[in-house]
Amino acid sequence: MAIDNQQLETSPEKLATRARGVQRARKPSRIERISDHLKRDWQIYLMLIPTIIWLLLFLYKPMYGLQIAFKDYSIFRGIAGSPWIGLDHFQTLFGNDQFLRALRNTVIISFYTLLFGFPMPILLALMFNEILNRTFKKTAQTIVYLPHFISSVIIAGIVITAFSPSAGIVNTVIGWFGVDPIYFLTKPEWFRPIFVGTGIWQEAGFQSIIYLAAIAGVSPTLYESAVVDGASRWQMMWKITLPSIMPTIIIMLIIRIGNILEVSFEMIILLYQPATYETADVVNTFIFRQGIQSGQYDFAAAAGLFNAVVAFILVMTANSLSKRYSRTSLW
Amino acid sequence: MVNMNLYSRGDKIFVITNMVLVGMFAISTLYPFIYIASLSMSSGFEARAGNVILTPMDFTLEAYQFVLSDPQFWISYKNTFIYTIGGTLMSLAFIIPGAYALSRPQLYGRRFWNLMVAFTMWFNAGLIPFFLNMRDLGLLDSYFGIIIGFAVNGFNLILLRNFFEGIPKSFEEAARMDGANEFQVLWKVFMPLSKPAIATVALFCIVSRWNGFFWAMVLLQDEDKIPLQVFLRHTIATLSDDQEFGTTLIDASYSFETVSAAIIVCSIIPVLIVYPFIQKYFEKGILLGGVKE
Repeated sequence: MAIDNQQLETSPEKLATRARGVQRARKPSRIERISDHLKRDWQIYLMLIPTIIWLLLFLYKPMYGLQIAFKDYSIFRGIAGSPWIGLDHFQTLFGNDQFLRALRNTVIISFYTLLFGFPMPILLALMFNEILNRTFKKTAQTIVYLPHFISSVIIAGIVITAFSPSAGIVNTVIGWFGVDPIYFLTKPEWFRPIFVGTGIWQEAGFQSIIYLAAIAGVSPTLYESAVVDGASRWQMMWKITLPSIMPTIIIMLIIRIGNILEVSFEMIILLYQPATYETADVVNTFIFRQGIQSGQYDFAAAAGLFNAVVAFILVMTANSLSKRYSRTSLW
Repeated sequence: MVNMNLYSRGDKIFVITNMVLVGMFAISTLYPFIYIASLSMSSGFEARAGNVILTPMDFTLEAYQFVLSDPQFWISYKNTFIYTIGGTLMSLAFIIPGAYALSRPQLYGRRFWNLMVAFTMWFNAGLIPFFLNMRDLGLLDSYFGIIIGFAVNGFNLILLRNFFEGIPKSFEEAARMDGANEFQVLWKVFMPLSKPAIATVALFCIVSRWNGFFWAMVLLQDEDKIPLQVFLRHTIATLSDDQEFGTTLIDASYSFETVSAAIIVCSIIPVLIVYPFIQKYFEKGILLGGVKE
């Protein structure tokens, strides 16, 4: 901005045009323009103000509070009054085995969720599309969308009950095959399969909506000419439907990879316990324990800042990639 | 794909296999709910013995009696209604005018304001600064804190803004001729035309409020203010720590499993009641939100 202004000032041509402009009809200054806008459209600004104030107060003010990641924060001195200590917290963080473990777990759990959870809604959408009976289709959709609307506390409650060592259905069933009861939720090796499986069970149906919408946009003429050529439904599914929704699939994949640090930690808090921290503890649950439960706010905020910055970079990269991709592939 | 004839035997096999697979997926989605419902109506003894598979065994409603006679259950139920209704109304009070303002082409600095909203969706200060901020604002342990603290949501705001932007200018022109101001245009023209979009946003708010757990757990200490989800969590956590619960009774009419199941059923029922209404709107809502940023 500063350089621009200087060039404006020093360029003789522009100075001349400006001077002429002033002589003819004085161009309204920025402030005058704004006050004109306010006079004419004050009602619009009045409608905007509450939302802006809310954003500043509840989302931007905490960003200002993030500075405690670089401070020795004490409640009594407050955010501004606490002394700066530079990168100390970050140094501690990267020497902290628990944090590194949480970081690793976050990536691993996300990766498994992606690997097993990503194809599922695509498959479901393709299958829904091949169902000819409308009532059957509608009923099945109604059922598989439902778990998305059930709270994580209830889902976790169902999981805890179903995997309960004394009476849970899972142990009953494996008992039929002569397997001794397993206390699944205390076993580190079982945490990830249970967590990822629960996630798929809860979300796969709902996520299929976006692909169903993409399928609905496929031109019927493609199918008509395929029918004329004697293609089977199976062939049409693989050769027409799937390629047609490929752009949507790729965009969703890019977005999902961009959100790799987003693990539904609420569900983890509900399902993990000290015995399974080894495989279950993720960055946000680590922050929750260190910060809110143990009161090490500054240290936990440093972990949060690191997480947020990396997530931001990933999301922005994913956004620009998907924008570039959709420009080249869709149009 | 609707009225396509089945040409070959292969097609028939494919269609039938496909239906069976989808049916199996739907059943496996539904089964845990049936299991929980049956468990909640079985006796503690049968539940303990692992005899409940599909239908209630040794039918009894004692687990429900145990849950419904707990005053804390009713307090938290009432609180959830307060947070859901209050929170949703609060959200709409911010989001509707906010989205309208952001959709107006004459808004000065429109790009900047929109970016300010979008940025909150990409970058989040995180749990700790948000928590400290709520504490500094004096909003810990308060109904108002929960209601106001989560009122605006970038996704919903942008969803509604996109919808408003899609309303042709001709609709508002007649009202403008009659000298309507911005509030009147929003109230009399935009809101009636946007009923589906507003309903979508309202339903998203209702669902997230009803299910909200984490922040309620963190921000509320007072037992009299906790919502149902937190109560549910407390109960399941304490009962599962105390695995012998209920079984020491002579008749073992209820157990940890049946009581947990009964609470789960009680908190799911309202969701099932509104679910048909939600379903009408959410498919459209998801697509609306996805169109533009």
